[in-house]
Amino acid sequence: MELVRVGQAYFMIRDTLMYDEASNSAFQCRALNINEDLGQIKFVFSDKTGTLTENKMEFQCASIWGVDYSGGKDSSVNEQVGHFVQVDGKILRPKMKVRIDPELLQLSRSGNNTEEAKRVHDFFLALAACNTIVPIAFDDASNPTVKLMDYQGESPDEQALAYAAAAYGFMLIERTSGHIVIDIQGERQRFNVLGLHEFDSDRKRMSVILGCPDKTVKVFVKGADTTMFSVIDRSLNMDIIRATEAHLYNYSSLGLRTLVIGMRELSDSEFEQWHSSFEAASTSLIGRAAMLRKVANTVEKSLRILGASAIEDKLQQGVPEAIESLRTAGIKVWVLTGDKQETAISIGYSSKLLTSKMTQIIINSNSKESSRKSLEDALRMSKKLITVSGTTHNNGGNSGDAVSPVALIIDGTSLVYILDSELEEQLFELASKCSVVLCCRVAPLQKAGIVMLVKNRTSDMTLSIGDGANDVSMIQKADVGVGISGKEGRQAVMASDFAMGQFRFLVPLLLNELIFRYVLFTCFTLTTAINEWSSMLYSIIYTSLPTIVVGILDKDLSRRTLLKYPQLYGAERRQESYNSKLFWLTMIDTLWQSVVIYFIPHLAYWGSTIDAPSIGDLWTLAVVILVNLHLAMDVIRWSWITHVAIWGSIVATFICVIVLDAVPTLVGYWAIFDIAKEGSFWLCLLAIVVAALLPRFVVKVLYQHFSPSDIQITREAEKFGSRREFGAVEIEMNPILEPSRR
Amino acid sequence: MDVDGGSTSSDSTRVRSIPIRSGQCKAFLSQFKQQSLPACKPVLTPAWVIAIHLLLGFVFIPIGLVTLHASRGVLEIVDRYDADCVPEEFKGNKVSYIKDTSVPKNCTRILKVHKYMKAPIYIYYQLDNYYQNHRRYVKSRSDQQLLHGLKYNDTSSCKPEESNNGLPIVPCGLIAWSLFNDTYTFIHGTAELRVNRKNIAWKSDRDHKFGKHVYPFNFQNGTLIGGGKLDPNIPLGDQEDLIVWMRTSALPSFRKIYGRIEEDLEADDVIVVHLMNNYNTYSFGGKKKLVISTSSWLGGRNDFLGVAYIFVGSSAVILSLVFLLLHVKNPR
Repeated sequence: MELVRVGQAYFMIRDTLMYDEASNSAFQCRALNINEDLGQIKFVFSDKTGTLTENKMEFQCASIWGVDYSGGKDSSVNEQVGHFVQVDGKILRPKMKVRIDPELLQLSRSGNNTEEAKRVHDFFLALAACNTIVPIAFDDASNPTVKLMDYQGESPDEQALAYAAAAYGFMLIERTSGHIVIDIQGERQRFNVLGLHEFDSDRKRMSVILGCPDKTVKVFVKGADTTMFSVIDRSLNMDIIRATEAHLYNYSSLGLRTLVIGMRELSDSEFEQWHSSFEAASTSLIGRAAMLRKVANTVEKSLRILGASAIEDKLQQGVPEAIESLRTAGIKVWVLTGDKQETAISIGYSSKLLTSKMTQIIINSNSKESSRKSLEDALRMSKKLITVSGTTHNNGGNSGDAVSPVALIIDGTSLVYILDSELEEQLFELASKCSVVLCCRVAPLQKAGIVMLVKNRTSDMTLSIGDGANDVSMIQKADVGVGISGKEGRQAVMASDFAMGQFRFLVPLLLNELIFRYVLFTCFTLTTAINEWSSMLYSIIYTSLPTIVVGILDKDLSRRTLLKYPQLYGAERRQESYNSKLFWLTMIDTLWQSVVIYFIPHLAYWGSTIDAPSIGDLWTLAVVILVNLHLAMDVIRWSWITHVAIWGSIVATFICVIVLDAVPTLVGYWAIFDIAKEGSFWLCLLAIVVAALLPRFVVKVLYQHFSPSDIQITREAEKFGSRREFGAVEIEMNPILEPSRR
Repeated sequence: MDVDGGSTSSDSTRVRSIPIRSGQCKAFLSQFKQQSLPACKPVLTPAWVIAIHLLLGFVFIPIGLVTLHASRGVLEIVDRYDADCVPEEFKGNKVSYIKDTSVPKNCTRILKVHKYMKAPIYIYYQLDNYYQNHRRYVKSRSDQQLLHGLKYNDTSSCKPEESNNGLPIVPCGLIAWSLFNDTYTFIHGTAELRVNRKNIAWKSDRDHKFGKHVYPFNFQNGTLIGGGKLDPNIPLGDQEDLIVWMRTSALPSFRKIYGRIEEDLEADDVIVVHLMNNYNTYSFGGKKKLVISTSSWLGGRNDFLGVAYIFVGSSAVILSLVFLLLHVKNPR
């Protein structure tokens, strides 16, 4: 068993479909015993950022002073348009290229002449300055006259914004603790960084206070829209704020991450006041963070809105397909994200987690009572929907998949009230009716809480995928945790088609071995017909080797077919291939085989001159041939390695028996040569094999005839599909798509 | 099962074959690691199932008939003598009869040949309800000692018959100790029937398992006499009765060869057997039989295999008919 696991882990590691070129890292299997669990997973919990998405941010569009600039086309990006700066006779160019809106580029280059241009100027200045990016210039390997500017920072959002600013001519060149140098349209300007309030999850914004070359002091703030609008001076430019809000809504429904940027000028007195309290706070020993936060709040107020930026969080390659496969396979996908509800839903759409066919149930409540009420409403609604969809399924026949098209969207504040209360039960009931659950605005601990909620109430396997520290608790709680390292995540979700169905016959086989031994050593209570060497070799080479090889190499269907019809994955999870009925059938079958093996030689040689080692040889050979043929009956793909393993094992057994019987000091010396001279030996062998396997064969055929499994049908379709027309395959495939099977 | 050509896996086409010689190994490795080796995937179609069963039937029934014919062609005369050879006065207590050395053990049996028996005719003794395959009995021997004699000292496996009066026993062990010691002489008409008692044991055993220079020593000298004694002047390699006996039987009802008659016996011939009924099977209710049998390619006479083959073959034919009906009535 362990050997098979190792082998499977090896193949999982070597599988190029799970190989990620970007990070040059392959799939790693860190625990041996979870391979077969992978086939039994029913719930998948996924983090969004870094798992579904690449965590590679790209600046997409901006709304500045109430005007939306999102006309940029990829085609407009070329070497000439990209901004660059001459430094020491070398050209300095940002490492990443960004989509550029030509109109905005024009505006940003036009200088400070118009009000509009001034806002654009401030906006990009904010993008370039309001961050903790450290710029590093390095030589371009391909072109010695070009230096590339690499922005390194803790948040990919900031990097994306800084690259965007650079592309529009506001290139951050140098950062020290006291000042930053920004190259604005070829003109180098030095700003003193007077203070910096770092991003924290309460304020959800950061600010920087700059002393500009013209002796004014400005504070630039950027942050999440919910917290930013509360600190923006609403008395000013109400229409601009409204326009920006409308743009923000558009952006987030496109699945973009948005940030709002604001600024104001500080008067000298304000600055002095802030400066003294900032100094005091940053040098205080106790409660520094809280004091700094307070100081920040004093300065981040009555801001003038500059605009908003939208960053695309690019979905990972293949994610929509993977999610769709998972969903059609009947696996419940829960996405737990810290994003805003709109963002989460739009990501859901773009990753095909949500489809237009689905009915969305949204729970957004602020108190325990209201969340209870909305849960009850949602439950009623989902029940109604399921009965309706059930009838349409029956009438409509081929209506796609058996999954009830209900999606639950719940936010973190509601979860706070639901978790750790009696409402948990209702939530689970509701969630188990939904095929997709989207939790937004959830804290890391809540993620773990949700996983526990499901795990405690079902016997199904759960799997968690996540990339960052905030997912650790969730990964640990789930039965199977998949960790993704680094910024470039991997398509671990694609692993779902692996390891399928390969353990289906291992358990029966192991049972077989046990029973053979049981029968041979109890029916024949006090004897040692089979010598110790043989019985030792029996478990080592005669039978385990082919089992291992087949267990590793055999697969039901080709990967393509499996990905095409992910419903088949359900078979494994429904434990079609291995349930208790089958267990007892296997037991009876095994018992029959044991009886045949034992009694055919027993009766055939009753009252004859046969000696114990000879009949032991006969039993050994019969058991090995039988076990191998038994295995062969379950093999689906006969590659030459399988042939070698199975037939080679039988041949090896013959050779071993002959070798063992050629050792004069062993009891069974020359036994095989003596017994093989008589015809009854060979007749016994043939009779054992056929009589033992015939009932199994018949049952198998009958089973396939009367209730073919999905796997079986697809297998036939796969085989004959290569000969017939493709259309014929489609017709044959139709029954699989039926929701109810038996 | 559908195993004809062209049924290779469809995903084998995905793996491009690299024409370069050195690349072939690499291509194979990648195919192996990606689990996309070309493979044949047999699928059970009704036609194949019916064909397989019919084939099974048409192979097995003839084999069964031939086997049965061969088995019936083996002629054997079986005579159970253990009960009848006990004198009237000991019928109530057979064990005291066999243990009493003063009572003569000779006994005469008359066998009638029913059909012409062609030489060579084998003489066996058959013991029933005799568990020569008992785990502890089987282990009570020393193959090293049988080959090397007294030079080999470690005879612990022979317990409880490894030494007597502080001296080692050769051959040691329970198997040798319980050596069968009934003897038979055959009278055909007026003359004694010549029985060849040579070359009855396996040549491999005589040459390689039992020493040519190992002589019985201190054998059957204990207080408890198990079975036959051995001539201390004949090496073990030539004591064929011992060698035959030491090849322990697999089943509790077994035959062991006693000798060969190398002339044909005509029908209605009468053979008088003078036997010495020495061996004690009375204490455990074992039966002793004398068997005179011809042989065939099959081995001895046993109808079981032939019947089994005919049974399996006919059930396969019946099953194929059932499948045919199923397929016609309920096609997929």
